[in-house]
Amino acid sequence: MSPEKKATRRAWIATPLLAAVLLLGWAGFAPVSVPSRDELFEIPKGTYARRMAGDKVEILPSQIRLTLGLNDVLLLRNLDDVPQVFGPTIMMPGQSFRLPFEKASSYDFACTAHASGQMTVLVEPYPAMPWSKIRWRFFKWWENRTT
Amino acid sequence: MIRRTVLLLLLGSGVAFAAPASNDPDSGAMKAGVLSPVMAAPEIKLQGSDGQALNLARYRGKVVLLAFGFSSCGEVCPITLATLAGARKKLGEAAANVKVVYVTVDPERDDAARMKKYLASFDATFVGGVGSRAEIDAAQKSYGISSTKQVYPDGNYTIGHSSSIYMIDRAGGLRAVMPYGHTVDDFVHDLKILLRQ
Repeated sequence: MSPEKKATRRAWIATPLLAAVLLLGWAGFAPVSVPSRDELFEIPKGTYARRMAGDKVEILPSQIRLTLGLNDVLLLRNLDDVPQVFGPTIMMPGQSFRLPFEKASSYDFACTAHASGQMTVLVEPYPAMPWSKIRWRFFKWWENRTT
Repeated sequence: MIRRTVLLLLLGSGVAFAAPASNDPDSGAMKAGVLSPVMAAPEIKLQGSDGQALNLARYRGKVVLLAFGFSSCGEVCPITLATLAGARKKLGEAAANVKVVYVTVDPERDDAARMKKYLASFDATFVGGVGSRAEIDAAQKSYGISSTKQVYPDGNYTIGHSSSIYMIDRAGGLRAVMPYGHTVDDFVHDLKILLRQ
C-alpha cells in the first residue's frame, strides 16, 4: 500500500475516533445546567371530567426524574376545575404546589391526576463525576427525544 | 500541559457538588412543599382531647401543625409526633405560638381520653381531634387524607394513612405541607419562617 493510501486510511479511522473522544470529553467534563430548578407539570382543565368519562389517558408521566442541584423542585399546577390530591397535599383549582427535594431517593405518591392513582418521583444525586454527567446528558437527550 | 488542561476541565465542569438548598430561615425558602396562592385552611369541626370543641379558628394567631394518625399506630405516628415534639422543644419560648393538632383516623378506638393520654407522652400541649366516623371522614376529605384499614386474622387491625403535616399560618392560611420523613431541624427552619410573619 502506498504511503498516501495509508495516510488516507489512518485519517478515515482517526477522524471519527477523535470526534467520539471529543464528544465524550465534552459530555463528561462540560458543566451541566438546566434553565430552572423547577420541573413544572400541569394538571389540565377537564382532567377530572375525562377521568369520570372513562378516559384513562395519562396526563402526567408515571415517573418523574429529578436531579439534586439541577432540577430538584417539583412544581405542580392544578388547572382543573376540581381539587386534585398529589401525594402529600390537596391542591385547589388554580393552586400550585412547589415541593423541593434535598435527598436522592425514590418517592412514591398518590396522585388523583393519574389513572393508576400513583406517581413516582425519582431524585438522583448531582452528576459530579464525568461518567454520571454522560449518563445525565443521555437521559436528558432521551427524555427530549420521547416527549 | 495535559495535566493543566485536565485540571481546567475539572474546574470548569462543576465537579464540586452543587450547593445545597439554603438552611438559613432568613432566605425565606421553606423545606416543606409550598402552596400558592395561599388559601384558607379548610375548617375542621371536631371534639378536642382537651374537652373543648376543636376548630382551627381557636388557634388564630398561632402557627398550627395539623396531622392525621391514630393512637395504635406503630410506625409512622410515633416518629411524626416525636419529631414535632422535638421541634417545639428546640424552638424554646417561640413554641408557645405553635400548636400541634393531631386528628385521629380511627374514631372507633380513639376517644378524647385515649388521645389525650397518647399525645401527652410526646408533648402535653398537643391537642387530639376526635369525633364520629362522619365527622372524621369530613375532616379527612377536606385535606385529601386517605386511610385504609388492614384487618389481621385475629380481628385486630391497623390503618395505613397519609402522613403529611399541614402548616397553617397565623392568619389561618394553609401555607405548606411537610411530607413524612423530615427532621426536627427542617421543622424548626420552616416554623421560624412562619412565626416571623
